[in-house]
Amino acid sequence: MEDVIIGLEIHVQLNKLNSKMFCGCSTAYHDSEPNTHTCPICLGLPGSLPVLNKKAVEYGIKVGLALNCTIEEETLFYRKNYYYPDLPKGFQISQYDFPLATKGHIMILGDDGAERNIRINRAHMEEDPGRLVHAGTIDKAKYTMVDYNRCGMPLLEVVTEPDLCSPKEARVFLDKLKSILEYLDVFDGSQEGSMRVDANISLKGGDRTEVKNISGFKGVEKALSYEITRQKNMQRRNIKVVQETRHFDEIRNITVSIRSKVGAHDYRYFPECDLVTMRIASWVPAIRDALPELPDSKRERFVKEYILADDHAKSLTSEIRVANFYEAVAAKASPKLAAVWIADVLKGELNYRDLGIESFYPAQMIEIVNMLAENKITEDGAVKIIRTLLDRIPIEVGGSPSKIAQKLGLGKAEDSEVQKAVKEAVAESAAAVADYRAGSERALNFIVGQVMKKTRGKASPGEVHTLVKAEVDKA
Amino acid sequence: MNMLGELREQLRSGSAEDYLCKLFEKVERSKLNGFTTLAKESALQQARDFDRDRSPGQGQGLLAGVPIAIKECISTRGIQTCCSSRILQGYIPPYDAHVIERLKAEGAIIMGKTNMDEFAMGSSTETSCFGPTKNPWDLNTVPGGSSGGSAAVVAGGEAPCALGSDTGGSVRCPASFCGIVGLKPTYGLVSRYGLVAYANSLEQIGPLTHTVEDTALIMQIIAGHDGRDTTSAEGKSDYLPVKEGVKGLKIGIPKEYFGEGVNKDVEKAVWDAIHTLEGLGAAWQEVSLPHTKHALAAYYVIAMSEASSNLARFDGLRYGLREGEDKDWHTTFSDIRSKGFGPEVKRRILLGTYALSAGYYGRYYLKALKVRTLIKNDFLKAFKDVDLVAGPTMPIPAFRIGERINDPLSLYLADVFTVPINLAGVPAISVPCGFAGHLPVGLQLIGKHFGEATVLQAAQAFEAATPFHEKKPEVV
Repeated sequence: MEDVIIGLEIHVQLNKLNSKMFCGCSTAYHDSEPNTHTCPICLGLPGSLPVLNKKAVEYGIKVGLALNCTIEEETLFYRKNYYYPDLPKGFQISQYDFPLATKGHIMILGDDGAERNIRINRAHMEEDPGRLVHAGTIDKAKYTMVDYNRCGMPLLEVVTEPDLCSPKEARVFLDKLKSILEYLDVFDGSQEGSMRVDANISLKGGDRTEVKNISGFKGVEKALSYEITRQKNMQRRNIKVVQETRHFDEIRNITVSIRSKVGAHDYRYFPECDLVTMRIASWVPAIRDALPELPDSKRERFVKEYILADDHAKSLTSEIRVANFYEAVAAKASPKLAAVWIADVLKGELNYRDLGIESFYPAQMIEIVNMLAENKITEDGAVKIIRTLLDRIPIEVGGSPSKIAQKLGLGKAEDSEVQKAVKEAVAESAAAVADYRAGSERALNFIVGQVMKKTRGKASPGEVHTLVKAEVDKA
Repeated sequence: MNMLGELREQLRSGSAEDYLCKLFEKVERSKLNGFTTLAKESALQQARDFDRDRSPGQGQGLLAGVPIAIKECISTRGIQTCCSSRILQGYIPPYDAHVIERLKAEGAIIMGKTNMDEFAMGSSTETSCFGPTKNPWDLNTVPGGSSGGSAAVVAGGEAPCALGSDTGGSVRCPASFCGIVGLKPTYGLVSRYGLVAYANSLEQIGPLTHTVEDTALIMQIIAGHDGRDTTSAEGKSDYLPVKEGVKGLKIGIPKEYFGEGVNKDVEKAVWDAIHTLEGLGAAWQEVSLPHTKHALAAYYVIAMSEASSNLARFDGLRYGLREGEDKDWHTTFSDIRSKGFGPEVKRRILLGTYALSAGYYGRYYLKALKVRTLIKNDFLKAFKDVDLVAGPTMPIPAFRIGERINDPLSLYLADVFTVPINLAGVPAISVPCGFAGHLPVGLQLIGKHFGEATVLQAAQAFEAATPFHEKKPEVV
């Protein structure tokens, strides 16, 4: 798909900040009644003035550095003028010339399996507008309501160069960006609407369209795939793709043209005189020194320090919380075994249930991995314990993995018990023994199955197979 | 002359309530149309509280028990603040401006709000939705603007002092036309928090009083750092007591502030004033502010550009005018703005929008900013040689109501000596210095950045040596 050109503009809410961009209102509005997290400043009441949240700038610089950007010596805010009901001042305080950060890049795994360098054009700060709410659907609602709780939330807009070649790459890029933001502890992706994407897409030689305000990475992938199909179909039929803004309809999974608001937009950017130019060059060294380990370096360290396979290391480091979970477990259990069980099993089970890593505790995983290492439980048993814990099956609320193993009888069968079962099963399976002796290796599987039945699955199938073979050969 | 201080002492032994009631009665009989809203209930309550509580420590504030009038564009909790515009009628702010908090903390009583040109856009107080305010010296003439209401009620004896705001002369012009004292402080000295913005990079809140010392007293209260205004300067200065005498002060007389376009009587009064200062021991010399001729153009481009953005929030959605049936968003807010704004405001929004448009930004706005720097540099250069710059506040005395309202250019031209001061961000005071016929003339004294103390010093020395501040209009 080398003929597809995609660039993204990502609006990231710096929602780990306690207060809004230009006032003291709390950012924790998600569970609140509409218009309760507001004040004269974020409501833009006549005479109110913005005061910059310095911490927001600090967070912005952090992100800029993590995206390998150049941080400008000086930065200032501009007014972006347009009329909309969610914008109580009739302008948005944003940045224009001299944005916080410019010319960065991050590496992603491209569609062809090779590392690809995606260039970042800029990252700048702005305030979030309010939110329009409709009773019922947007087509049928008789009126629109406005909730200004979100108004003034600190936003960082990250703009890429058109370096992405497919919807999947766009998705991979967004995952990586999200991962970095969470590593920096400036962003919580679990909050609704915390990351919103505008995607520019064109086919080689064609005009580009912009799909605005897509929430969710799956949405981005779907919207872009739809656009590619649509634009290709138009090309095939010799219809020119017009440069326009489109909206992604999440229900129908299509993009639709939005009637452009009175011709081309002229935002009449000009400097916001109520805020002063900030010299930020001197802030940078301290922020750079305090930058945490980022996903790529953590991955490299995991490979070296814990001797992990690269894909395990990658899987364990894509989310900071998973990486921290892993390291907590690896400190007290076999790092290799822990990697396999967290990356391959636990993450899958969590995904299946749409749960995050916080639904499981390192202490539980340590116990499971140690029991596995000491041969106290089978792999099947370990999976059952994980599922029991995740599904909150009330066999023993708050039960530890070892207690669950006991309750469910998942403890590995004693050797003598297995030996006894092997002897019995061989004695009872004359036909299978005969088949085996006649040359059918597979006949042993029947006997192994009988042993497993007798031990109620507490034995390891591999070991049982060895024991059965030895018993039959001996006779 | 410390009139406010004397008033405070009188009220302490007499009755603030009686004094306030007399003022309110006078306002109700008045033909000036200076007040737009009287905050009778809250003001009288405050006065009664002041009268009742004579315990030590009470009533010690710098303006304890003293009533003050506040311009329409300064946010007052619970009192309509509509900038004399239909579009904001009914808007009652939930918060006090910084200056109001400071005044209240010093015991001042907020009497009510005063008339102004709609959104401070004008020099005559004729564009108000409440109708024009009249000059107490001649009811057929304008009081100047845009803080015309504040100046008229002080000059007319309806309030002992008032606050105005000055974006391009809006305190000094009406002070000059009404024969009182008005100060535009250094940009950043007084917090703008709660001042409804017209052109936010230019404006400051300033006092309008009978005497220089009264202005110093109010500055003592309202100046100083406020964390809610990022452009607010750090530190705090003392304006009291005002330093005496002008011996050794060097005063620059800009040649560009005299000559063509300046009324002869105004010119004479101002020269007389300069000679008075000379007689008191100051030295004067000619200085040049060569970019003065470009000031008006730069000022109007900047002010209108900022205004076009500052006034964008008035859409009737959250407060203010909301009439008729709601249609779709664009139609509804356009209708509200069409109905809510007067012609002068619309003119400035349109011109400002144009000046900021893609393709014109560099030609107008950026160029105006460059001129602004040149004008500031003119002043910085002049202040290497002199301590103050002096000239007329306005080139003309108050004109007749209706005379210029349909000729915006001639109105804009009247701001020629006041706008450079806002562009440069320096402080300037207007003090009464004589008469052109029966109408007052103002002397403008311009200081260095944060040089208010020197401005007040020279103004006070002049006031003490002249009788003009004692002349009172014969208000009907």
